[in-house]
Parts: sequence; C-alpha cells; structure tokens
Amino acid sequence: MAIKASELNTAAVELHGITKRFGQPARRPFGRGKVKKEKLALDQVSMHVDSGRITGILGANGSGKSTLIRILATLMTPDAGTASVFGYDVVTQPDDVRRHINRVSVEASFFKEMSPWENMLYAARLYGSGGKGTRARVEGMLERLGLPLDTLDKPMKQLSRGQQQKVAIARSFLTSPSLLLMDEPTTGLDPRSKREVQELVRTIRRDRAATVLLCTHDLEEAEVLCDHVLVLDQGRVLAEGTPAELIRAHAGDVDGSLEDAFMKLTGKRLEEDEEAKDE
Amino acid sequence: MIGNSLRWELNAFVGFIERQKNLYRRYWLWEAVWLLYNLVSVLSIGYLAAGLSTLGLEPGQASLHQTQLYLLVGALLWTYLSLVFFEIAFAITWERWEGTIEYTFMAPVKRLTHLLGMSAASLIYGIARTAAIGIALVFFFNLDLSHANWLTALAIFAAATLPLLGLGIFTSILPLLSPEKGEQMAFAVQGVLLLISGVYYPISVLPAPLHVVGILSPLTYTLSGVRESLLHGLSLAGALPTIGILLLMGVILVPASVWCFNRAEVRAKRLGLLKRSG
Repeated sequence: MAIKASELNTAAVELHGITKRFGQPARRPFGRGKVKKEKLALDQVSMHVDSGRITGILGANGSGKSTLIRILATLMTPDAGTASVFGYDVVTQPDDVRRHINRVSVEASFFKEMSPWENMLYAARLYGSGGKGTRARVEGMLERLGLPLDTLDKPMKQLSRGQQQKVAIARSFLTSPSLLLMDEPTTGLDPRSKREVQELVRTIRRDRAATVLLCTHDLEEAEVLCDHVLVLDQGRVLAEGTPAELIRAHAGDVDGSLEDAFMKLTGKRLEEDEEAKDE
Repeated sequence: MIGNSLRWELNAFVGFIERQKNLYRRYWLWEAVWLLYNLVSVLSIGYLAAGLSTLGLEPGQASLHQTQLYLLVGALLWTYLSLVFFEIAFAITWERWEGTIEYTFMAPVKRLTHLLGMSAASLIYGIARTAAIGIALVFFFNLDLSHANWLTALAIFAAATLPLLGLGIFTSILPLLSPEKGEQMAFAVQGVLLLISGVYYPISVLPAPLHVVGILSPLTYTLSGVRESLLHGLSLAGALPTIGILLLMGVILVPASVWCFNRAEVRAKRLGLLKRSG
C-alpha cells in the first residue's frame, strides 16, 4: 500500500523502551512443574528509522533481531515500551500497521506444494488485489528478478532456495509495502543468488521509495547496502550510525571495516557465531 | 470507506477459499486416500448392519433395513461433520506445519474473515466429498428412502452449519494455546463428539453424565433430525424445534468461539507462539 502524504514526514519506525522477556516463571501450585529459565530478548530498545532508507540491524544469534522484526510485524507484543510504524501503534492499531508492511524471512514462508503463482495469488488476495492483470504483473516481476517463467506453475518445493527467496521478494513487491522487513534474506544462499538478492534490495529502494529494515549476519552486506546501521547485542542497542560513522568511531583504524567495529563493540565475530550455529 | 473495507475482506475471503482449493488439488493423492478411507468406513458400517442377521439376530427384514439406514445415515453424516470439524480445527496446525502461520497472521485481514474463509472452503469440500460417498452407497446397498423428506433434511443440515463452525473454531484455538499438544487435543475432542452425539446409537443408551453432555452437543440434534427426516419423513414444521435449537447454538457458539480465538491470539503474541516451530 502506498504511503499517504500525511505519512511522508513520519518516521517509518519508532521504538521507545521496547522490552521483551521469554520464559517468564509462572506460578505453579505447590511449586511443582518445570519453571522455564527467563531470557531477556530485548532490553529497553529505542530506535528511529527514517522513511525511504535501508537500515541494517546487526547482531549475533540471540541478539534480539528477529524478536524486534516480529514485534514490528505485529506477530508479538512487547512487555514494555511502544513501537509504531508510520505513526500506527503495533499493539493497538495492528490492522493499520499490517497494510503498510511485508516481510521476507530467512526461510521462505510458502505452501510448498502450491506453485509460485498460487502462493502469489493468495498473497495478492490478502493485500487487496488478485483480480484481472495479477498474472501479468507476477510474470513481469519474476522476469525482472531473473526467474524463468516456467517455474511459475511448478510446486515451490521443486525450486532452489535462491529461487524461492526471489519469489518471496517478488511476493513482497506485489503488495507494495511501505516498510519491508527483511530477516536475513541472504542467509544460506549461494554467492550468485546472494548477489542477485542484494541487487534487488538496492532496486527496491531506488524504484519504490520503500523503507527497508534489514537484519543481517553479513557485515559486508550491511556495509554496501545500508544507509544506517544499528548494532544489537543481548537485546540492547550498542551503537548506531552510518557504516562509515561506525567504522570511524569503533574500528580503531582508518582502514578498518564494519566487522572490526562490530568486534570492538560486542567482543564477538559474526563468522564464529555462524560456525557455532552450523555445528 | 465501509464499502472499501468490505470489498477488501471479501477479496481475502475468496483468497482463503481459492488457497484451500489449490491445496486440495495439489494434495489430490492424499485426498483420494482419505476419500477411500471414508468410503470403506461407511461401507463397513453398512455391512455390519447387513451382517446382524447372520449373528442370529432376526428382527425381520423391515427392521434390518431400518437399522442399516439408521447406521448408514449416521456414518455418512459423521463423515461430513468430522471432516468439516477437522478442517476448521486444524486450520492453525496446518499453517504451522506448512510454515505459513506468520505470513497469514501478519496479513491485513480480519481474523473473522480468515476463519470464515477457511470454514467456507471446508463446507464446500465436505459437501462434495460426502456427496461422492453418498452416491457410491446407492450402488452398494439397496436403500429404501421412499419416506425421506429431503427438504427437511437439507434445512437441518444447513442449520447445523453454524454450530459446527463454532465447535471447529473453538477447537482450532487449542493449537494456538499449545503448539505441541493442541493437535492431539483436537483429536480427543473429535473422539468425544463421536461418543456423545449419537452417531451410531441414540444417546438414551449412554450413562446419565454422558447423556447430559450429549444433549449439549449440536451434532446430536443434527444427527437425530436428519435421521428422522430421511427415515420417517419428518415434516419441516415438525423439525422447527430442532432447527431453532441448532440456530440458537450457532448464534452463541460462533461469536463466542471467535472472541475466544482472538483472546488466544493475544496470548500467543504475548508468549511468542505465533511461529512455525511453535
């Protein structure tokens, strides 16, 4: 859905003191039963995302990135604090928020037996279209994304992961979101597919004036794609700024990289984190 | 403004039906297996009645026919009712299993539209599948439906839709409350409905506590009403109390179940349960 004129001057995303805990200890009769260990996923997170920019959220596994995205996607409510998308509160005005957003997650959320066309038609219906001309729009989009048209009617499960991710991005284009939430869209893709998806993210901003919130493990990706970056660790925002500002302030070397800045800030390397996850 | 919102919701409603149609088509082999399973189950019940005479029970040819019809109508209706119930009750489980639960729940669509869309698809599919089994039964058994009042049967069948949706939506809450155990709990609810609703026997044979629960089940009225219409030609006027009870149950159950579903969704969002892995 296109942004209304009144929304143009509003921040795309505004967070104030967002806190989220999981596994809160429940009161149990006679103290029996398992009590889950409490985990603080987000700790007083505040942030401001300007419209029309690509903002990266960098963090290791368990840093709170996905929780943040899920709160903005109205799939989770915070324990404390407020979050709004284009001025609409995610808890009290979820219907308004949903009309402005779409999401591309690390695992493509599709009906695997259905074809890309059937999945996209379903998405179009949920977002107010799906009538005449939808097939032509979908074909045009997939062509633009470099997907052969003969994949359109095959079951999704027969497509490669890269192709599925492209369909996920095409599906999000179809609904014309003002805010696109991308949760590690290139994780697990081969280098070529990764480059193609990254190119698409650039195109989204260039062509559609959409705001992108990109959660990523890939610091190089963040450096080349993002206008603004936040470093999240253990549920807290450690630093934010343009990639150049973060490098200048935290890398400790004029020739440093975003990875150096990230290590300095968190004491972690994202590659180690990825390796640990793989093991 | 209201017109636009309504158009938006109607479009999404069609989207849910279209999606289910595509899923049934894509999973056609599974559906064929289930159809065969249902057909075989209903046939077994029919032959069970036919075989009663060989067990030394000789109630007379006419009574045997009546017994067979009684059981076949019960089995056929149960096939329909349990299919629709199952499809609605598993709406959430299925989304979680496919990995689409987050996508569907973050879509700008009212939950009522989502649930009614799923329900409508289940009803259409349930009627089609049950009709196919019903037609097959004609070839296997010499059914005497000369006394049947089809109009009354259809009216009761239609009135039963509302409370059936309510029960289905209530049960679909279970996987929202407990992603791990909700699915099994839905099977348990289905089993209890089979026991207490008089599918194969009148509920008067049940012990008192179960009898009372049976009186509260809308399926009891559906089964006994449709049976009376098909076996004894119950008139439409005579069926009005049954139709009234079913509609009243529907008017209570549907809004109550949607309200409870919304409360369960709020809870699931608070606990972070709206995700594919649970």
